[in-house]
Amino acid sequence: MSRLSVRKTYKLYIGGAFPRSESGRSYPVTSAKGDFLANASLASRKDARDAVVAARKAFAGWSGATPYNRGQILYRVAEMLEGRRAQFADELGGGKRAALERVDAAIDRLVWYAGWSDKIAALHGAANPVAGPYFNLSTPEPTGVVAIVAPADPLLGLVSVVAPVIVTGNTCVVVASEPAPLPAITLAEVLATSDLPGGVVNILTGRQAELAPWLSAHMDVNGLDLTGVADPDLALSCEQAAAENLKRVARPVEEDWSADPGIGRMTRFLETKTVWHPIGV
Amino acid sequence: MTTSLADVASSDAALRAFLHGLPGVDRVGADQRAAMLGTRSIKTTAKAQAIDLAISMVDLTTLEGADTAGKVRAICAKAVRPGGGAPSVAAVCVYPDLVAVAAEALAGTPIKIASVATAFPSGRSTLDVKVAETERAVADGAHEIDMVIDRGAFLSGRYKKVYDEITAVKAACGDAHLKVILETGELATYDNVRRASWLAMLAGADFIKTSTGKVSPAATPPVTLIMLEAVRDFRSTTGRQVGVKPAGGIRTTKDAIKNLVLVNETAGDDWLTPEWFRLGASSLLNDLLMQREKLATGRYAGPDYFTLD
Repeated sequence: MSRLSVRKTYKLYIGGAFPRSESGRSYPVTSAKGDFLANASLASRKDARDAVVAARKAFAGWSGATPYNRGQILYRVAEMLEGRRAQFADELGGGKRAALERVDAAIDRLVWYAGWSDKIAALHGAANPVAGPYFNLSTPEPTGVVAIVAPADPLLGLVSVVAPVIVTGNTCVVVASEPAPLPAITLAEVLATSDLPGGVVNILTGRQAELAPWLSAHMDVNGLDLTGVADPDLALSCEQAAAENLKRVARPVEEDWSADPGIGRMTRFLETKTVWHPIGV
Repeated sequence: MTTSLADVASSDAALRAFLHGLPGVDRVGADQRAAMLGTRSIKTTAKAQAIDLAISMVDLTTLEGADTAGKVRAICAKAVRPGGGAPSVAAVCVYPDLVAVAAEALAGTPIKIASVATAFPSGRSTLDVKVAETERAVADGAHEIDMVIDRGAFLSGRYKKVYDEITAVKAACGDAHLKVILETGELATYDNVRRASWLAMLAGADFIKTSTGKVSPAATPPVTLIMLEAVRDFRSTTGRQVGVKPAGGIRTTKDAIKNLVLVNETAGDDWLTPEWFRLGASSLLNDLLMQREKLATGRYAGPDYFTLD
């Protein structure tokens, strides 16, 4: 007798757990050729709200962890991803060899950002010369909760926008690629088993146009990365909504994810704190 | 329950006979009914009204060992004007030594001052100390006294002792309202919650209150449901109306609205005023204000824009 296959239910990733959408909705996901792959959860604005609450709750612990510790955890994520190379290559589809290359690039991207965790302060901070008997230090600090609309590239693009945000101590709510959300949820399984505290990364699957406006207007979100927003009108209205509480905004860009990323994505969601320090005589 | 209540408190045996003669609570039924009532969907204008009603029912509470006069003044200011045009809360609830501070801060406002007394939260002290504490709080300006019952005596069946303590404290209250805290988290069964409710009401309580907030579980919906049934039945038996105050563990607007639904469906809308129903809470108020803001502006509010408490 042939065996019935046990299929995975793709759910959301909020606060370290995998809930279904509060709305109970889902939408069919198809491959590039149009074959049905699975049903993904269609997140509602209330799921986005819950995700922001989870991200805010995780922020104190994650931003308070030592940079070294954050780097180790990101490195651990890369290790776990390495162990699932074949699974991710299958999910990405297309040519087997090209898919494996994309997965490897995502793993390398994580390792690259993991290394930055305890170096970014040296590069982006400063000991400032001050005209007085003081010492003056500038240090970068995380912005807070960052809402990210992930680009269409389902794995490498996703990792390339999430890793730079969290490595510096931010927490985030990510709206995964709308047409190809499945690798994002599988990545959530990797995150959940990598000692990454629950709530640091929250992943929603669903419609950009439904979720992005609520996240842009949310008063408890401090940063907004619109990288994956394809519709210029949506991007504009999101940016306008974000102005209400002066969120830091990253505008949509077409980016070559295989190129050297630079440190721009890390520094965008950092605040600079400057401390005056009297010199003892 | 049509028997005369005149002499039920004449002795321990009579009280026991009466309280154990109350119909038992169907645990599964109570849980299910409370859960079912919790699924009511209250939206848009109804929600806006419910939020304002809930705000006006809040007993804004600070009961920490680290409380200071400054903190009490801060919550008094917030009680008068919670912000965003929201109505004032019903009362502030503080420890007895801070009643005078609250009385000064709230002078000239309709907001009541509630004080916990009788060796809150454990209640483990002698009766004369409890009475003295109550008298002092009332003298300092408390309009309402939140007393705790002696759970040890209640659980070991010495109902008369609990009854006598409540009547003694009630006498010490004078004109002040007496809220009797049952601490349902320590009463073990729903039957005990019903018995304690009746015992407190027979002894003269003006309000029955679920919990101190120091014990978990605190104000769960089924417990509030049972207490609401008790005050409803008590009024139909004796004609005297008694208020209900769930306290502890009510942190979100959703919880508060569920409580309002429970009141409306169980006791009826006679109780749906700040005079007869209160919500004991501290962090709840900010969530209510944030939901209010969300309804007004159409975007989710953040705690950065509300006072810390």
